[in-house]
Parts: sequence; C-alpha cells; structure tokens
Amino acid sequence: MNRTLAFLTRRRGGRGWHPTDILSYAYLMLGVLMMFGPVVWLLMSSFKTQAGLVEFPPSFLPYSQEQVMVEGYKDPLPLFEVTLPDGSKKPMAQVRRIGIVSQMVDPKQPDQTIRVKFEDRTPIRSLAFAWENYVTPLKQFNFMSYLWNSIVVTTVATFITLVVNSMAAFGLSKYEFKGRTSILIFIIGTLMIPITVIMVPVYLVATQLGMVNSLWGVILPGAATPTGVFLLRQYMLTIPDELIDAARMDNASEWQIYWRLIVPLSLPAIAVLAIFSIMWRWNDFLWPLIILTRNEVYTLQVGLNAFQGELQVQWHFVLAMTVVTLLPITLVFAFLQKFITTGIASTGMK
Amino acid sequence: MATLRLNKVNKRFGGTHVIHDVDLEVVDGEFVVFVGPSGCGKSTLLRMVAGLEKVTSGTVEIDGAVVNDVSAAERGLAMVFQSYALYPHMSVYQNMAFGLENTRVPRPEIDQRVREAARLLRIEEYLNRKPRALSGGQRQRVAIGRAIVRKPRIFLLDEPLSNLDAELRVLMRAELASLHNRLAATMIYVTHDQVEAMTLADKIVVLRDGRVEQVGRPLDLYNHPANRFVAGFIGSPKMNFLPARFLKAAPGNVMVEVAGIAEIELPFDGGRLSPGEEMTLGIRPEHIRHDTAGAAPFQAAVTVSEQLGGESYLYCMLQGDHKIVIHASGQTEARRGDEIAMTFPPHQTYLFDADGTALQRTGAKPAAVSR
Repeated sequence: MNRTLAFLTRRRGGRGWHPTDILSYAYLMLGVLMMFGPVVWLLMSSFKTQAGLVEFPPSFLPYSQEQVMVEGYKDPLPLFEVTLPDGSKKPMAQVRRIGIVSQMVDPKQPDQTIRVKFEDRTPIRSLAFAWENYVTPLKQFNFMSYLWNSIVVTTVATFITLVVNSMAAFGLSKYEFKGRTSILIFIIGTLMIPITVIMVPVYLVATQLGMVNSLWGVILPGAATPTGVFLLRQYMLTIPDELIDAARMDNASEWQIYWRLIVPLSLPAIAVLAIFSIMWRWNDFLWPLIILTRNEVYTLQVGLNAFQGELQVQWHFVLAMTVVTLLPITLVFAFLQKFITTGIASTGMK
Repeated sequence: MATLRLNKVNKRFGGTHVIHDVDLEVVDGEFVVFVGPSGCGKSTLLRMVAGLEKVTSGTVEIDGAVVNDVSAAERGLAMVFQSYALYPHMSVYQNMAFGLENTRVPRPEIDQRVREAARLLRIEEYLNRKPRALSGGQRQRVAIGRAIVRKPRIFLLDEPLSNLDAELRVLMRAELASLHNRLAATMIYVTHDQVEAMTLADKIVVLRDGRVEQVGRPLDLYNHPANRFVAGFIGSPKMNFLPARFLKAAPGNVMVEVAGIAEIELPFDGGRLSPGEEMTLGIRPEHIRHDTAGAAPFQAAVTVSEQLGGESYLYCMLQGDHKIVIHASGQTEARRGDEIAMTFPPHQTYLFDADGTALQRTGAKPAAVSR
C-alpha cells in the first residue's frame, strides 16, 4: 500500500510539485479516464435494471428503487419519501399514479391512502446489483454454449494458426530455395485484399466443403494469416544460422530443428502472435455471423447480437454478456503479456 | 577416428569460384590446420568437409568412402563453431546431450558420456546452467564438450578461439593441444592466426583465394616456404621483402642486386632465370645481423625501437625508403634515429621470382658481399 502510494505520488527530483509534474499527472489521469472510463461504465451499467438503464439523469452506480409489500396489495409497491403538507417527511408506498397526483399509502397503516402531488415525493433508492442480468442469459439463453463455442474456436484456431504460420515462417526464413522471395511477397500481398472481397468465394468454398454451421467453418478459413507468417519470419531471421548448422551436425532431423530449436527460440514472437490470434478470434463477428446460422453453434459475439431485436434491444443483457465476453480475453492478455517480456529478456544469444 | 581425402574439390556460389581444385590427405589422428587470410575459403572448405555446403565438383572421402551425397548428420563428424552456437534455451547438459538424443543413444550412456566430457573439460559445476550464464571460456569448453560426447570420426573446429581474449586464447590453445593428445582424434582446425597454426598443427594447409598454396609441417613451412605468400604469412613478425634484380648465375650461386643498394651473391639455383629479371629477396626479422657501429652495405635508420626486455624489435628505414623489421633476442642499444649496419646471412635469405615462387636453395658457399 505504501509502495503504491509512493509510486503514485512520484515527482520530478523527488521534492515539491513542479508544474510539469502536475501536467503529467493531469495528462495521465485523462488517459486513464479515457481508456478505463468506458469499461468501468460498462461494468457498472451491466448491474443496472432495465429501468435503471434508461433513467435520466444517469447514475454511475446501479441504484434501484426500494419496494415494500403492503398488506392488502398483491404486488410489491415502490417506496417514496413524501413531504407532507405540514412539512414533515415520511416514507410511503405508491399505490398508483394518476397524472401529476399519486395515491400513496403508509406501509404501517395499509387501510389509509392519501393523495400526494407528484413533486412532493422522491423515490427512495438503494445500491442494488441486478445479478439477474447475468443469471438469466446464462441460464435461459444458450449463453454457456456460446461461451464454449467461442473457447473452442479461439483455442483450436490459435493452435492451428501458430503451427501453420511458424512452419511457413521457418521455411521462408531458414531455407534457401528458388522463388522464396516471390512466395513471401505473394503471402504479404494477400494483406491488400479486403475480407469483403473474398467473403463470397470463401463462403462458397465453405459450403462445398460442408462447413456451414460447423465450427470448422469458422476456424479454418483464417488459420493462415500473412501477418503471422511475416511476424514470425522476421523474428526467425534473427536466429543465427550457425545454430541450425550445429543442430544438423548434431544429427537433428529438420523436424527436430523446427520443434526443438526454432519453436522454443521464437517463443517471444509466437506469444505475440498468440495474443493477436486470440483477440482476433474472440472478437471475430462478421465471419461467424455469415457461416453460423443455428443457435447451438453461435459464438459469443454472434450470440450477443441475438439480444438486439429489430424492435427492442435488451441492453441489460447485452451489457452483462459483454462483460462476460471481455473477461477471458483480459485474463489471457494479463497472463501472456508477462510471458512476452520475460521471453524477450531471455533471448540469450550474444 | 578416421582419415579424410579431398580430390580436386571445387566450390562455386553462383558465378563465383571460391574453392579451386583442392587436394588434401589427412591421416588418422592428425591435427590439420587450415590457415589463410579472411575470405580465402578456409571456412567454406571446412563446411564442405562437414557436409553443410555441397561440393560443386570433386570428391570428399572419409575412411575411403565418398561422402559427397551423405548429409551432415550422417557423416559422423562434430563441429565447433566460431560463435560456439550453443542452444541458448537449453542447459549445458542438454546442449551436450542433444546430439546423442538424436542418435537414440540410451539415457544412461548419454549421462555417462556427458559427465565424462564435463569432467575432462572441468565444466561439471555448470551442467545445469544456461549458456548465457557462462563466460566466454566456459562456453568454448561446452562447445568442445558437445563435440567430444559425440565421439566423432573427425573434429572440425572453425576459428574456435577467435572470440576469446588474448590471455584465454593462449590458455585454451594449450588445452586444445593436450586434448588432441589425450583423445588421439583427427582434428581439422580453421584459423587466420598463423601462431595458432604453428603451435597446434601437425600439418598446415595454407590457403589463398580458394587455392592451396602449400601443405606441410609447421617448421617446413617456416624454413622452406614454397612462395612469397606463404613466406609472408608464416612467421611473426612478417618476413622482410626487398626488391631485387637478377644479374647473373654462377655455379650454385646467383648474383642479385638488392634494392638498388648492393650486389650480393646468394646460394640459389638460378638456372631458369634471365638477367635483369625482377625478383624479391626475403629475410626474416630474426635472421638479420645488425650492428650500431659497423660498415656494411645496408645502412638503415631506426624509426621505432621496441624493447620488451627479453627481446627487442627495431623498425628501420633502409636507403630508398624500404621498411625493415629486425628482431633481436635480448636487449639492444639502438634507439630512435640511430644508424645501424645490417648484413643478411646468405643461407637464411629467400629469393622469389617474379611470380612469387621460391627459388631452390643450393649448398654452395657464396662469396662475400660486394658493393
């Protein structure tokens, strides 16, 4: 705690607040607010009730109006603080509202109702987290299966991407053969083709292969990425050729050179590509939306879209499930990021 | 242990011809050093023996079998690289065991061999360390250990000492020599340092521009260089060269004019020379006799005098702006600016014709120097 405080109040030269200190802190705080604000707002809003979401002015924390059961009434009634004509204040439940006048009842004297003007009452609210935003979709809708599908797509696709791309990169960086440069240029050239252009042909191919409505249809078309090949190739170029010569002298097969030398030594770059791939796959929306039409194979992103009806958007569910969607990728990033820094630090060639 | 034979070996990289018709024979247990200036093709030649480079034409034979089309892995050789090429993500133990694992040697034997090599090289304490936690000399030992555990037919060493500091290099040089004796292994060693070549080799192969200039025992190369290049390359400091002109041949002797200063008679066979031909006279720094107060045809001014206590070097300027280095054992009186007189003992001089080829020395006794 002390160390955190010391870190957060660090100043130039250690003593006194220089104007640049104030400027830097202000700038950094603005940055934090801009980066982190929307996420926090999303998190808070995901706990608001449907009514709380459309409230104006909006509140930061999720409040909800307190309700009481009053004898003689079937449903719970909303609780207000009422300013009585004599100036005293009293919590009362609202029975019904007619125009600008409310009919209120004191929960302690259920048989006696009074009329109160609209402006003389304020709702009594308390902090309340609407957990049902989370529970309902996870229970009633297929959200668990969406989550599972997303996990399957992300892990399998990332694994295939890493294997295929690293093999291609190995070939393009460490073997001398005719046309090596043209192949590389060809691969990088595919970056210039926008996905919208190839969407229809790819869909036709996927249909012919019977991959519509199957997770493989989502996984396979994007498994080989030019970005990944290029990224890994550039990194592998920095691995000294002498190491590979040494391995050849050590009787290693080409596969062993790849698996026991190139892959471990490229781990920092592979980790970067893994993070990219996980983010791409997890957040991928358009392609799964096209290829997946049946509810049970939906991924999270497509599933989220299902809450947006044509007439009504169930914002409370959308927000809550967005938070659920964000969680795994945040965890992955936090974990792999540490791995990257240690990976870079441990490239021990002289 | 094995023998190696190269037959008219050539290497071309695209249009550039880097190795020209190299013939070589290495017998079992021999320590052969390839030496030459950088870019002479010595490393390429070694890599061709290793199987890391394809042979364009000619044959490489190991133990009498042509191995041109045998892959590096199957030739049964081991190589120590200039940069050591230790696998950075593996521990010292794993580095040494890697080659054995690939040949499916049983675990207990791998363990035994690695530990034995580690003991031999005194790196037992470091077996669990990663290469980056080792000093240069330790890495060097690991690289050698990785070769030893393989029990290769031939050891190939590509400038293994060039990344070490001077002191360590001398130390490791001695260790390599004793290692060679202990293992009685055939070793081929590449270096650009003629001192390493002289101290380590049973046989030196001097290379220049992809051609073998001379092959022989170290002292044979020193005493009887085949040409001017070898003469200049072997020996430190370098042999002095002076321009000379052939005047006439006498029985067993030749008369040459040296640097336009003096005419001297030298015991060489000048039968195939024609008068007036340009030549080069060579004399090693340690063979020049000099005197501060004497009268000799060659008078030089000392420009730098290096006194090391046990030996001294005099850098002199001969008449006509010819630089001469003299190496004297012990200490000398000569200081900067002093005039000294030099004589060249005829039996320790070398004569090279216009192509640089050394003239055959005869046993004749030449007459005294004349002006």
